[in-house]
Amino acid sequence: MFDHGKIEKNIGLMLVLTMFTISIGGLVEIVPLFFIKGTVEDVKTPEGIKMVRPYSPLEQRGRDIYIREGCYLCHSQMIRPFRDEALRYGHYSLAAESQYDHPFQWGSKRTGPDLARVGKKYSNEWQVQHLIAPRSMVPESVMPNYPWLLANALDTSDVADRMAALRMTGVPYSTNKAEYDNNVKEFGADVAKQLHIPDAKKNLIEQAQTGNYDGDASNVTEMDALVAYLQVLGTMVDFSKLDNDSFVKFR
Amino acid sequence: MASVAIGSGEQYNYDVVRKFTIMALIWGAVGMLVGVFIASELAWPFLNFDIPYITFGRLRPVHTGAVIFGFGGSALFATSYYVVQRTCQTRLLSDGMASFTFWGWQAIIVLAALGDVMGYTQGREYAEMEWPIDLLITVVWVAYAIVYIGTIMKRKEPHIYVANWFYLAFILATALLHIFNNLAIPVSMTQSYPLFAGAQDAMVQWWYGHNAVGFFLTAAFLGMMYYFVPKQAGRPIYSYRLSIVHFWGLTFMYMWAGAHHLHWTAIPDWTSTLAATFSIMLLMPSWGGMINGIMTMSGAWDKLRTDPILRFMIVALSFYGMSTFEGPMMSLKDVNALSHYTDWTIGHVHSGALGWVAMISFGSLYHLLPKLWDTKMYSIKLINAHFWLATIGTLMYITAMWISGIMQGLMWRAYDDFGNLQYSFAESVAAMHPYYAMRALGGAVFLAGMLLMLYNCFMTIRQAKSMPAGGLAASAA
Repeated sequence: MFDHGKIEKNIGLMLVLTMFTISIGGLVEIVPLFFIKGTVEDVKTPEGIKMVRPYSPLEQRGRDIYIREGCYLCHSQMIRPFRDEALRYGHYSLAAESQYDHPFQWGSKRTGPDLARVGKKYSNEWQVQHLIAPRSMVPESVMPNYPWLLANALDTSDVADRMAALRMTGVPYSTNKAEYDNNVKEFGADVAKQLHIPDAKKNLIEQAQTGNYDGDASNVTEMDALVAYLQVLGTMVDFSKLDNDSFVKFR
Repeated sequence: MASVAIGSGEQYNYDVVRKFTIMALIWGAVGMLVGVFIASELAWPFLNFDIPYITFGRLRPVHTGAVIFGFGGSALFATSYYVVQRTCQTRLLSDGMASFTFWGWQAIIVLAALGDVMGYTQGREYAEMEWPIDLLITVVWVAYAIVYIGTIMKRKEPHIYVANWFYLAFILATALLHIFNNLAIPVSMTQSYPLFAGAQDAMVQWWYGHNAVGFFLTAAFLGMMYYFVPKQAGRPIYSYRLSIVHFWGLTFMYMWAGAHHLHWTAIPDWTSTLAATFSIMLLMPSWGGMINGIMTMSGAWDKLRTDPILRFMIVALSFYGMSTFEGPMMSLKDVNALSHYTDWTIGHVHSGALGWVAMISFGSLYHLLPKLWDTKMYSIKLINAHFWLATIGTLMYITAMWISGIMQGLMWRAYDDFGNLQYSFAESVAAMHPYYAMRALGGAVFLAGMLLMLYNCFMTIRQAKSMPAGGLAASAA
């Protein structure tokens, strides 16, 4: 029979065997996810345009604030395929819907409700008032007040740098004509404009002013960015244009 | 610092062990205090005071960082440096590098907490630290591995004692997890974006998150258990064979289980099924460790009547057994459908964290402290009081979370006679209030015990220092 004493007397052997033992699980479960095509669904309109797009500069900055404030510690962004969640939140979440999320924000706890499809469910005015004083809208809420979001001007100085970093991770933000043209083909012209890094700051200010998320078009606040992000959550995929059964093969 | 350089103090580097011991106590008190505060914020939200730096979302990582890496980490550094020297009968490889790991690790905890309150975060649970801190962690960890492995290499005993296997697995696994979970593209000193996105990112994060529990909070504390339980009980480990089987079983199986945090989400089904399967199998090596620890008491059960330190250890092992049964049960997809996203998860974590991790640390540190300062504990009565506060606090905490968690899960899926949802989400939040208050109270009771320990240990060290060197018989065991 094998003598375990050999391992106990040999630190090198023990290290190698331990490293081997702890490596297998991750290798088997994680590595294939980068290679199996069906891991992330390819969701397209009948015209062949990708439904899920990267965030606009303003939405991405809003997402940064969502992460900064630790919203993910109380709100999930992952609807499970159950009847009660369908009634409460909508269609279950697709992997495709968070394919540009660096980091993912699926969360692990619902002290507050899931936000995966919160976009367009409430008006901008409701979102702003709720963020400033949640209990003025939902008396039972235990959420903190976030009044500073309305007072703080949004830092837009490094938005292009942020998009460039995301581009390095694989998000298709464009830096040149060829990439831009490719985005026009994949996402359509309107979206492609938003994804062009050289125009990042201009696009951000334009969206904040047209969208007027915080109720004051004269400035760009953190509130503008966060509400813009919340309002896009879960709205990219138009399920009325898709065959629901088609998703089953990806599970 | 080396004021009591007598007996084994000359042979071994106790200086760094003492420093880590003190910091474990301090971070324990700080981290638990923050925990009680954020628990209170959920019960009474006015406590957020409209101050960005102390909102729940920013303080929660301060709490987890201070208790896991500050308290747990410092306790592990202290005990692992002590155990490796005692069981290898040799001094640490390098005093300088050991001292570097101390100051480096403390800097990491402070910087991480500052980053959290400022909002500099990666948005990854238990890995909130931004990339400059991550790099510092990597450097400190490499130094730790070198000191630890180097000390084992110059051991005077032919065999590497079982406690060291577990500490080694913890050092290797933590390095592996830390590196792959923190791969990111920096934008500035305080901002970066992780390399992976969506489903893949979720898998990497929960592979990390679950094994932070598996190796940082379990394997390493089993290492602690394998040295301090037999020492305190005065009995040898129950079964050598069992320790071999459950060591390899535990280290192999834990790494597969992470995806049970992602049941019913947008990851492929085969991944979460595989994770559930391994989670259930994990019950066996987990209970192997528990049985080995508890059965070590055979022939010394009477000591439980008089020795509160041993009582800490036995209750810790009992909670370990209970939460490693609860975990596999919650990893069943049908149970998880109810428990996921609810307070049940929080309760489960704390039955492990308070019941197992903190209690085995308390027991071990109470054993260790008098040896390090060559004295006796200031008050056994206070240890006893601490034991009861810790046990009652833990029970209050997890009971509150069981009730609120299962209630949440049931309210969210309740239908009325017409097949509509019976409760709005807000109604489920309102129903949680009494249990959130009860949880905060349970946490406060546990914290009170921790403060007693801090006082007791402070008095012990003070009485040791006021005595002439060698005043008490050297208690080198």
